[in-house]
Amino acid sequence: MTELRTEPGHQHAEPDQEPLLRVDRMSRHFNIGSPVSRRTLHAVDEVSFTVGEREIVAIVGESGSGKTTVARLLARLYKTTSGEAYFQGKPLSGIRSRRERLRYSGLVPMVFQDPFASINPVFRVSHGVTRALKLHRPDLTREQRFTEAVRVFDAVGLTPGAEVLQRYPHELSGGQRQRVGFAQALAMRPKLILADEPVSMLDVSIRIGLLNVMARLRDDAGVSILYITHDLASARYVSDRLIVMYAGHIVETGPAEEVLSSPRHPYTQLLLSAAPDPKADLNVAAETDRGEPPKVINPAPGCRFRSRCPLAIPICHEVTPQLVELGPGHDAACHVAQSGAEVKAF
Amino acid sequence: MAHALADDQYGLASPIRPGPVLEIRDLSVEYVLESGIVGAVENVSFDVAPGEFLAIVGESGCGKSTLLFGIAQLLNPPAEISGGTVAFHGRNLVQLTERELAAVRWRDMSVVMQSAMNALNPVQSVGAQFRDAMRAHGKTSKAEIHERSVEVLKMVGIDPVHLKSYPHQLSGGMRQRSMIAMAMLFTPELIIMDEPTSALDVVAQRSLMAQIKDLQREYHFAVIFVTHDMSLVRHFSDRLMVMYAGQVSEVGPTQKLFDHPHHPYTVGLMEAFPSIRGPRVQLTGIPGSPPDLARPPAGCRFSARCPKVMPRCETDPPPEYEVDETSVRCFLYEDAGGSQ
Repeated sequence: MTELRTEPGHQHAEPDQEPLLRVDRMSRHFNIGSPVSRRTLHAVDEVSFTVGEREIVAIVGESGSGKTTVARLLARLYKTTSGEAYFQGKPLSGIRSRRERLRYSGLVPMVFQDPFASINPVFRVSHGVTRALKLHRPDLTREQRFTEAVRVFDAVGLTPGAEVLQRYPHELSGGQRQRVGFAQALAMRPKLILADEPVSMLDVSIRIGLLNVMARLRDDAGVSILYITHDLASARYVSDRLIVMYAGHIVETGPAEEVLSSPRHPYTQLLLSAAPDPKADLNVAAETDRGEPPKVINPAPGCRFRSRCPLAIPICHEVTPQLVELGPGHDAACHVAQSGAEVKAF
Repeated sequence: MAHALADDQYGLASPIRPGPVLEIRDLSVEYVLESGIVGAVENVSFDVAPGEFLAIVGESGCGKSTLLFGIAQLLNPPAEISGGTVAFHGRNLVQLTERELAAVRWRDMSVVMQSAMNALNPVQSVGAQFRDAMRAHGKTSKAEIHERSVEVLKMVGIDPVHLKSYPHQLSGGMRQRSMIAMAMLFTPELIIMDEPTSALDVVAQRSLMAQIKDLQREYHFAVIFVTHDMSLVRHFSDRLMVMYAGQVSEVGPTQKLFDHPHHPYTVGLMEAFPSIRGPRVQLTGIPGSPPDLARPPAGCRFSARCPKVMPRCETDPPPEYEVDETSVRCFLYEDAGGSQ
C-alpha cells in the first residue's frame, strides 16, 4: 500500500514491531448540501500517526480541525472513507462479529467531553461500571465485579470506592463524574483510552487532578491515552507526543516538549502565541486579527493554512505539503520549513 | 476628552460624569427554593471607575454570573436580591421599576451574554436585531438606525454587508463580535460581559480580547468581565476580583494579584494552570469541591480545601483585610492590616 512513503510515527517503532495503534492515511468525508448541489466536507484527510504502549499522545487543534472525528473513527462511531487504522496489527475494518466488536471496544474505550450527559442520571454510578464488567468480562462473579469496581474507583481517586459507587450522578461534582468516566473505561482493562476533551468542561482547579489521573493510568496501569484537546498547556503537561491538526490535516507532530519549544509549522506558532499564559508577558505587537480556520469543502490542492500564513510562497497554493521529518521524530507539513528556511511566522 | 471622540448623539449628555460608574454595597442574592434558601451571592461590595476593566473570576457555582445578573437587574425567580444596593451614578437600580430600568439599559449600561448563538435571534438578520434594539430605546429614524448599525459593525471589524446576514451565516467569533457591536449601539458607560469568549477557539479568543481592549481604549466605557479562566484576563484587566462560594475572597490590581496572590484560594488557582513555557512541573490543583451553599460552613467557606487552615477558620467567618491595595478575606492577614 503505502510502504514506500516515509510514514510519520514509523520512526518510533522497531522495523518489525507493530505499534499499539497505527493509523494509515485515514480519511473521513461527509456529504453535505442538497442532492442537487452535492458537496463534500473533508473532516479528516489522509492522517497517519501511531500510538505506542504506555504513551499519552495529544491531538491538538481548534474546533473544526478534525480532532474529534479522528477519535470517533477510532471508536468506530464513524466509518472511514478511505485509509485504515490497525490496532495491535489488525485492521479495524476487519472487525465483524459481535465478539470482536466487544473485544475492541473493551480494549479501546472512549471517555466523553461532557460528564453531565455521559452518565445515566437515574442509576447509581455503580450501574455503568458493573454493566460494562458484565458485558466485557463475563467470567467474573457478582462479588468479583464489585471488588473490581471498587478497585477502579480507588484507582481514579474516587475514594472510598465502595461508598462512592452507591451514589447517584447528581451527588457528584463534575470532576468526580469525569473520574467515573475513566473508571468505567479502566474496568474493561483497556490498552488505549480515547479521551475527547475530558477536562474542558471542568473548572480550572479540578482539571489538573484529572490530568494527573491520566498520567497515573499510564504509569501504573500501563494504559495508552489519545488525548484530544484544544488546550496546548494541558497537552504539554500530560502528553509524551503531540499531533497538531489543522483543517483535517496533521500539520506537525513530534515529542511534546520539542514541538512546543521549537515549533516548525506556522500554525503551531500561531496557536502558541495565542494561548493565554499568565506567566509570560503579553506580546502586544502580535495582536492582530488572524482569521479563522476554513471549512474544508471540496478542497483544491495546496496548504490549507496558506490564507492565514504570513510566509506563504507560490508553491503553497498548488501543492499540499506532506509531513517530512525535520528533526528526530519531529515532522512538519510546511513547504517553507522543508526548504530549510527558518520559520518564524508569529 | 476621550468621550469627545464618541458621536455626541450616542454619547452621554455630559461626557464624563465624576465619581464611580457603579457602586455596589452589600449586595446579596438568594435563590428561594422549596428545599430552602441558597445564598448565591453574599454581601458583595465594590466600585467600578469610569473606563475601568474589572475582571471577576471563579469556579462554576461561585456566584459570578448571579452577581452579574443582580447588577443588571436581570434576575428571575427563584433568584432575588435579598439586600444591598447597586448604584449607577448614585441611582439605586434595585429600586427602579422596569420602565425606569429600560431607560438605563442599553443607553447607559449594556450586557453581552455568554453564548451569542443563544442570545441572537436565529430567524432575524443581524441588522433587524440592531434595529429592534434601537427602536426600543428611542431611535426611530430609519436612516439614523442604518448609519449607526454600519458604524458599530465597522468598530468591531465586521464588514457591514453582514447586517443582512443571519446568525448561522457568521462564524463564532463574528457572532460574538456582533453582540459586542450591539452592546455599543448607544455608547454606554458600562458593558457587562458574561464569559463572552468561552465558546471560542484560542486564536479567536485572543483576538476578541484584544479587540475589546482596543474599543475600551477608544470609547472609554467600563467593563465588568466575568470568566472562569484567570489567565485570559491576565493582560487585559485593571482589577481582578476572585470569588469563592458566593463571597469575594480577594480583590486588587491584576498585576499585584498575579505577582503576589494572598488568599490561599487565589494561590491554588494560580498553581492550577500548566504553563506552555518554562520547566514542566507537577501540579496539584485544589483538591475537593466548593461547599453546598444551601448549608454554608460556619467559618471560612474555603476552610475545607485550604492547605493553611487554622482551627478558628472552621468556626469564625473571616472579614476582609487590606493588604497592599488588595482586600483579602483570610485570617492569615489579620496582622497585616486593619479590618475594613
